[in-house]
Amino acid sequence: MTRISVTVDGTTYEDEVEPRLLLVHYLRDRLGLTGTPIGCDTSNCGACTVDLDGATAKSCSVLAVQADGSEVTTVQGLAANGEWHPLQKAFHEQHALQCGYCTPGMLMAARDLLRENPGPSADEVRHALEGNLCRCTGYQNIVRAVLAASGAAGPAAAEPSPQEVAP
Amino acid sequence: MIPPAFAYARPTGVEEAVRLLAGAGEDAKVLAGGQSLLPLLRLRLAFPELVVDVGRIPGLRGVREEGGTLVIGALTTHHAVVADPLVRRHAGLLAAATATVADPAVRHRGTLGGSLAHADPAGDLPAVALALDAELVAVGPDGRRTVPAREFFVDYLQTALRPDELLVEVRVPKTDEADGWGFHYEKFSRVAQAWAMVGVAALVRRDDGHIAQARIGLTNMGTTPLRATATEEALAGVGAAGPAGVDGVARAAQSAAEGTRPAAEPAVSAAYRAHLARTLTRRAVLAAARMG
Repeated sequence: MTRISVTVDGTTYEDEVEPRLLLVHYLRDRLGLTGTPIGCDTSNCGACTVDLDGATAKSCSVLAVQADGSEVTTVQGLAANGEWHPLQKAFHEQHALQCGYCTPGMLMAARDLLRENPGPSADEVRHALEGNLCRCTGYQNIVRAVLAASGAAGPAAAEPSPQEVAP
Repeated sequence: MIPPAFAYARPTGVEEAVRLLAGAGEDAKVLAGGQSLLPLLRLRLAFPELVVDVGRIPGLRGVREEGGTLVIGALTTHHAVVADPLVRRHAGLLAAATATVADPAVRHRGTLGGSLAHADPAGDLPAVALALDAELVAVGPDGRRTVPAREFFVDYLQTALRPDELLVEVRVPKTDEADGWGFHYEKFSRVAQAWAMVGVAALVRRDDGHIAQARIGLTNMGTTPLRATATEEALAGVGAAGPAGVDGVARAAQSAAEGTRPAAEPAVSAAYRAHLARTLTRRAVLAAARMG
C-alpha cells in the first residue's frame, strides 16, 4: 500500500491505496464520486476524462499513486454556487446529450479546449473532442453546444457547414 | 479491468531508477506517462513485478539546443513537443507527427521517450525518429550510451535498451526550413484517434530546384519502423517542381514497400498495406517538397 494525498473538486483526501488502483476506480469506489463513468477498457472512449493539474487526462489511464499531490477536477466540480458551468448550460440548451454517458468526458474535454482556445471553429471543436466517443451519434449538437458556450456562436456559426453534414 | 498487482517505486533521480531496474531485471517496467503501459496492464498483457515510476525525476523534461542538435528530454509530453517553439522551428516533422498521436488527453500524459521505448510499430513517433536520424541516449549502471535510431528498434515492442537502462533524452539533428528542408507526416486510419493503418514520415531537402536528399520513415509496415531506402535513393536528383518532378516522385514512390513485411489483419491485407505505403509516400513526399 502507498500513501497518497489528492485534492478532488476542492477537497483534499489522504488514503492508503494499492499501486495498481486506477484513478477512476479511486474516484468512484473510494471517494464515491460516480459522476465520472467508465466507458471502455482501451483508453478509447474518453468518458472518464478528468482535469489533472490543469490538463485533461483519461482517469482510466492514470494510477491513483501517480495523482499523489495533484489536483483533480471532475464533472462534479464544474458547477459553482448552485450554478451550472456555461458548458453544462449549453449542453442542456442545445440538446447535446441523449443517454448522457459520454457527457462528463465531453464537458471536461470541451473545457480544456476553451481554456486554450476561447473562440474555436467547429472544426477545431471536432478535433479537440476526437478522444471522446458518443454512441448516440450526438456529435452535431455537442459541437453546437461547445460553440454556444464559447460565446463565439451566432446562429451562423452554430450551423454545420455542408462539409460537416456530408455522409 | 483491474491491473495485476505489482510493487511500485517512485525514484527521485536517474541513478536511483537505474539501480531499481538493475535489481529487478526483466521483471520491472518503467512507467513514464503511462499511456501505453496502463492499457497493457489493464488488459493483462503485461505482468511486471515492479513498476518504476520515473514521471517525477527532475531534468528529463523540456527542449534545448546544442549547436545543430535539439535535445529533447525523454519525459517531455506530446503536448509539450507540439507546442515547443524550438521543435516547431528545427524539427517540424516531429511537431507535425506528434500532433496526430491519439487525442488531446493522451497527449497531455504520453511522452516522447515512452513512445519510442515502447516501440510499437503502429506508433507514429518511431518512424519519425528514424526519418529524423535521431539518436537516443540511455543511462545504465555503466553510464551513458548513445544509440542511433536505426539501431534502436530491434523487433516488435523491442528496443536496444537493456532491462537496466533508462532512456533519458532524444537528440534530433536540426532540419530547418531555411536550410531547404520540408516535411510531412501522412497518416492513414479509418476513424479519428485510431492507430495508423500505415503512416509515412517524409523529410526532403531541396537544393537548386531538385530534391537533394529524402528520408522516409514508415509506420506499421513491419515489426519495427522502417526506412523506405529504395525510394530515398530514387528521389535523389528528382526535380522539385513541375509535371516532370511530380512524375519522378510518383515513380520513386512505387518502391516504397520494397523490403517491408507488413502484417496482415482481417480488415487490412499485407498487399493493401503495401499499396498504402506507395500511395502515402507519394503524397508525403510531394507535400514535403511543397510540390502538391
